[in-house]
Amino acid sequence: METWQTRTVDWFDRHSGRLFVLPASLLILAFSIFPLIISAWLALSRFKLGSEGYELIFVGWNNFRKLLFGSEQYHLLGTFMPISWLGWLIVAAAIVLIGSGIRSFVTSGHMTVMGAIGRLIAFGLFASLAWLFAATVGDKGQIGSLSTTIFYVFLGVAIQFVIGAGLAFLCSLRIRGRSFFRVVFFVPLMVTPVGIAYTFRMMADMTVGPISPLWHWLGLGDFSWATNAWSARLVVVLGDSWQWIPFMFLVMLAAFESQPKDEIEAAELDGASGFQIFGDITWPSVAPVAATIVLIRMIEAFKIVDLPNVLTNGGPGIASESLTLHAFMQWRALDLGASAAISYVLLFTSTIICVSFFNFVVNPARRARQ
Amino acid sequence: MSIFESKKLGEMAVGTKIVVYGVLSIWSFIVLFPLYWVLITSFKLPIAVSGGPFYLPFVDFLPSLHAWSYIFFDLGNDTFRPYFNSVVVAVFSTFLVMIAGSLAAYALSRFTFRPRLLTILIFIFVVALVIVLVAALGVNWLIAVTVGVALAVIGAGVFRRIPSPTLGNPDILFWMISQRILPPVVAAIPIYVMFQQVRLLDTHMALIVTYTTVNLPIVVWLMYDFFVSIPKDLEESAELDGASRIRIFFEIILPLSKPGLIATSLLVLIFSWNEYLLALFLSTANAQTMPLLVAAQNATRGPQWWYMSVLIIIMIVPVILLTLVLQRFIAKGLLLGAVKG
Repeated sequence: METWQTRTVDWFDRHSGRLFVLPASLLILAFSIFPLIISAWLALSRFKLGSEGYELIFVGWNNFRKLLFGSEQYHLLGTFMPISWLGWLIVAAAIVLIGSGIRSFVTSGHMTVMGAIGRLIAFGLFASLAWLFAATVGDKGQIGSLSTTIFYVFLGVAIQFVIGAGLAFLCSLRIRGRSFFRVVFFVPLMVTPVGIAYTFRMMADMTVGPISPLWHWLGLGDFSWATNAWSARLVVVLGDSWQWIPFMFLVMLAAFESQPKDEIEAAELDGASGFQIFGDITWPSVAPVAATIVLIRMIEAFKIVDLPNVLTNGGPGIASESLTLHAFMQWRALDLGASAAISYVLLFTSTIICVSFFNFVVNPARRARQ
Repeated sequence: MSIFESKKLGEMAVGTKIVVYGVLSIWSFIVLFPLYWVLITSFKLPIAVSGGPFYLPFVDFLPSLHAWSYIFFDLGNDTFRPYFNSVVVAVFSTFLVMIAGSLAAYALSRFTFRPRLLTILIFIFVVALVIVLVAALGVNWLIAVTVGVALAVIGAGVFRRIPSPTLGNPDILFWMISQRILPPVVAAIPIYVMFQQVRLLDTHMALIVTYTTVNLPIVVWLMYDFFVSIPKDLEESAELDGASRIRIFFEIILPLSKPGLIATSLLVLIFSWNEYLLALFLSTANAQTMPLLVAAQNATRGPQWWYMSVLIIIMIVPVILLTLVLQRFIAKGLLLGAVKG
């Protein structure tokens, strides 16, 4: 005799796959996709507070036009200047990089339509960002929050990867006290970024901070990092690196520890040097993990907001403002349209860069290992 | 054993050893010194902070409990409430995200899904319709959502027979993970408006649900790798014994993936505990969390380092204790998926 209880259980069991996925899908739909659609619409309209609630007036591409060519251009893209020698250097480096990318694609013999389109988009974005950087980076120019964010992402992730992987490699050697270092190195990840921002502000204080005797000894006592654009950005990158090196460290440590031990011993027996072993055995076996972890960090780094907000308050001027902070400031000024438009600029840039990185770096690294 | 014994394989020369330990010690110092500085600053009087760099308590300056007593007794509830909020929000959202995320990751690792493109398109159309109804035409959101759900159910039934291309598990997995690329600031304004509509702004509920969604991709991703690595034989024999799916999941799969669960939830807990931007958007007074309180110590007369330091310390102590307790799981759990690449 089938009771309603057994029937319910049966029904539940038959549909368990779908039911298991349902909560996660609904949450993501409700709080990611749905807001994304509303945000797109907000980016195309002007928000106006009325006597009762608010009003949205459709203005088309005006918000984006204002950001890219109008009054807000100074904030987002920066102040344009004739390209300086530093700018030409950046342009030249970008041309060389893009050229070698195209060349290896054409000569690889794996040309596909999708591959070509993907490269077209990636290189197009890369070239325009390089040009943007070059045209605004000079003495009298001022880079905007788009370039600042890219600067945070690339310099920060590079520093974090090099130091994190280096420490992980040292900790993977057969030495005493590894577990001690492992726990200590993990600690910065637990500190709230707001706390790190204040700590770094304390540390970087030129008169009463703990490093101030060193600054005075170096003759930098009168210098103020907070009023210089590049030093303010650099302090943000340092704070970010201090927090995220542990993450790189942990994952790279696991990668180093799971590398093929017998191959290394065989190579040692054959008298291979440390560098040879690292280059021929260790590095190829950790490269896929390295590429993946760099991608993860890049995805997160594009969203940086706490550090510049608390550490420098976006200053001096707007020099250290990230895109997220810029969008937040616009939201606070009740310009919701501009805020959403900035968010979309961030979304497009980070998506194209991250997807390109995945296609051109992570995937080849994984394939090479197999 | 003597130091003159011949060098074993993988053993380092003394010089190399000195360099390795030197570098590791320097980095330990770089990691620990800022925390030490925060700790001693919390015991300094304002005058000792502004007087210059004083490094050693009792030698350079006289420690004082001034800041601690201010935070605990003078501020009292103004400290405890954000702290309590942070605990509630972080714990509940971690709990929810672990359940929703592991269920989804498990299902994706065991069942084959074939969502039809047409059904998805109908769904997107219905969502757009609901948005237009609520935002442009001013229909009550409850009515609009009800109409939307009804339309979606009818639509899925009517168009069931029409052939359409289907997607697979990797597409669903990628879709979920890709949500991590989405910068929170894109979603923050609409989420703000949504919670305003249902009058949930500045409540724990709003923060819990938002953090859960934001962290979901991490959990799905890390746990998916974990579940894939668990052999299916165990489940199959349990299934033959007549165990239900939900029982298999809770009684066989979850215990087996303990290291992964612990490491992932610790990571997610840290992320929610430290989250700043969404809290800035979604909470003002009642549901204010600790990062906001720390950030608020930037008073008009300049930042009050001593109070801030106390707050930072009481914020990191529980997480550090938790990490120390769970330390052995982290390396094993967090990394299994990542390393397999």
